[in-house]
Amino acid sequence: MIKRVTFASKSLPYLLLGPQLLILAVFFFWPAGKAIYESFFLSDPFGATQIFVGLENFQMLLVSPEYYDSILVTLVFSGLTTLAALLSGFVMAVFADRAIRGVLVFKSALIWPYAVAPAVAGALWIFLFHPTFGSVAGLLIALGVDWDPLLNGAHAMTLVVVAAAWKQISYNFVFFLAGLQAIPKSLIEAAAIDGAGPGKRLWYVVIPLLSPTTFFLIVINIVYAFFDTFGIIHAVTGGGPAGATNTLVFKVYTDGFENQDLGASSAQSVILMFIVIALTVLQFRYIERRVSYA
Amino acid sequence: MIERAHWFDRLTYGALIVGAILVCMPIYYAVIVASMPDGSESDAVYLLPGGHLFENLANAWNKEGLGRQLFNSGVMAVGVTVGKIAISLLSAFAITYFRFRFRMTAFWLIFITLMLPVEVRIVPTFEVAANALAPFQAIIDLLAIERVAGWLAGHEVDINLEWSLLDSYTGLILPLIASATATFLFRQFFLTVPEELCEAAKIDGAGPMRFFFRILLPMSTTSMAALAVILFIFGWNQYLWPLLITTEPEMTTVVIGVARTLPTEDADAQWNLTMATAILATLPPVAVVLLLQRWFVKGLVDAEK
Repeated sequence: MIKRVTFASKSLPYLLLGPQLLILAVFFFWPAGKAIYESFFLSDPFGATQIFVGLENFQMLLVSPEYYDSILVTLVFSGLTTLAALLSGFVMAVFADRAIRGVLVFKSALIWPYAVAPAVAGALWIFLFHPTFGSVAGLLIALGVDWDPLLNGAHAMTLVVVAAAWKQISYNFVFFLAGLQAIPKSLIEAAAIDGAGPGKRLWYVVIPLLSPTTFFLIVINIVYAFFDTFGIIHAVTGGGPAGATNTLVFKVYTDGFENQDLGASSAQSVILMFIVIALTVLQFRYIERRVSYA
Repeated sequence: MIERAHWFDRLTYGALIVGAILVCMPIYYAVIVASMPDGSESDAVYLLPGGHLFENLANAWNKEGLGRQLFNSGVMAVGVTVGKIAISLLSAFAITYFRFRFRMTAFWLIFITLMLPVEVRIVPTFEVAANALAPFQAIIDLLAIERVAGWLAGHEVDINLEWSLLDSYTGLILPLIASATATFLFRQFFLTVPEELCEAAKIDGAGPMRFFFRILLPMSTTSMAALAVILFIFGWNQYLWPLLITTEPEMTTVVIGVARTLPTEDADAQWNLTMATAILATLPPVAVVLLLQRWFVKGLVDAEK
C-alpha cells in the first residue's frame, strides 16, 4: 500500500532506505548467504581449506542420533513451555478481566517478568532449584524427591521449562486480557440471559471468540521457545546433563563455536531458517484465514 | 461482571493472589537472599529479609566491573532503541510516501529479515562482525578489482578492507538496529495519516523532508514512545550477541555478567552477592515496564499488528 498523495523524487527514497538496506545486506543477507554456501562445504577450523561436499553435511546430520535427540528436546521444550505459558497467562487474564479492585496491582505483578532477561530468569530459578543451595530443592529433597537438575535430565528440562514459561506468562497475559476486553459485553450478557453460567460462557462464547489471539500466541510462543531461550539454557544447564536440554539453537552455537565444525553448524542454520520460514508463513497465511471471529 | 456471586468473587481474587504470589516468588526470594549476611546457610528456607540488603547491593555494585557493565547495557539499550526507531522511520517514510521502481523489492527485503534472527546465522554473522567490510572485500576479490586498479595505476595495488566490530559499542548496537517490525509499525501508522495533511504541506511548498520533520514526526511521538519501551527492554536483555562479540569483561553487558557469576557445581558460592547482582541487572528494565506500563502494553500490542 502507498499513500495517494506522494512526493516526486528519484533519489531521495533510496537515500532514506539506505541505512536500513545497508545493515540488512551486511549483517543479514550476507551471513545468511554464507551459511547456505558453507553448508555445502567441509572446512577445517581455521578456514584455510574448503572442500565441496554437496549435501554431505545434511546427510551427516540426518543420520546422527544426536541431531534427532536435539530435535526431540526442542519439541518437548517448546511444547511444554508454550502449553504452560499459554495456560497460565489465559487463566490469569480471565480472572483479571473479571476483577474490579486492585487490577493495577495484579497487572503489575504479572507483567514485570517480561522485563527480566532470559539469562537472569534462569539465574533466579536455578537459585531456587539448585540441589545444594536451593531452598525449594531443599524442600523437595526433604519430601523424599531425589531432586537434582544437574544430573537428572528430566529435572533439568523441568527447570528450564519453568524459567522459560514464567518469563512468557506476561506476554500471553497482556494479549489474552486485550482479547477478552475486546469481546462485546452484549454477547456475554445474551449468553447469561439464556442461562449459561460462567463455565459455559467461557467454553462456548469466550474461548471460540479468542481463537485468533490463541493461535497467534501459539506461534509467537513457539518462536520464543525456539530462539529467545538461548540465554536460559546457556546460563543454567549448558545443554546438559548429557544433552538433555541441548536444543537446536544451542547445538548450532556449540557446534559452530566450541566444536568449530563449520559445515555441520551451517547445515543446521539452514534447517533452522526453513523452520523460521515455515513458522512465519503459518503466522501470516494460515492463521489469518482459518480463524475468524464468527 | 454479570452475576453477583460471593463464591465467584472469592475465587477470582483468590486465584489472582495465588498467581501473583507464584509469579513474584523468584524475585521476592532473590531479594531475601540478597539481604542475607555472608556465609549464611543457603538451603535453609528464609521468609523474611535479613537486613543486609543495601550492604550486599553496595558490595555487588563495587564488585569489579559491574558499574561498567551496567553502563554498557545502558549504552546498548539506548543505542538499539534510538537506532531502530530512526532507521525504521526513514524506511517507512520512503515506502509509503514515494513511488519508485524498487519500492516493493525494498519492502520484501525488509520483510524477509523477520525470518533471519541472529540465532539461525550465528557463525557467519560473527565473522562479519569480526570484519564488517568482509562482504565488500569479497566483492572486490570476485570482480578482480585489484588487478583492474593495478592496471590503471600501472603498479601493484593491494586492497585490504578491514573493520572489526568486536569489543566495541558499534558492534553491540549496529547489527541489531535493522528492524522489520518497527518499519511495519510506522508504515501502518503512516497509512492512517490523512492524505490532506500531505496535500496541504505540498501546497504550502514544503518539501518531503520538511513534511517529515515538521508534520509526520510530531504526529508519530505516541507510536515512538510505545515502541521505545519495548525496544529498550529488547536491547537491555540481549544475550547471544554480546556473548559472541565481546571478549573483554569491560565491554560486556550486565546480563552476561550475571550469567558469569552463577556458581558451577558445588563451588564455594556467594549467593547473596549473585542475587544482589541479578537484582541490579534487572532493576532498570523492570522499572521501565512498571513505570511506563501503559506505553509498554500499547507497544507490545502495536508491534504485533
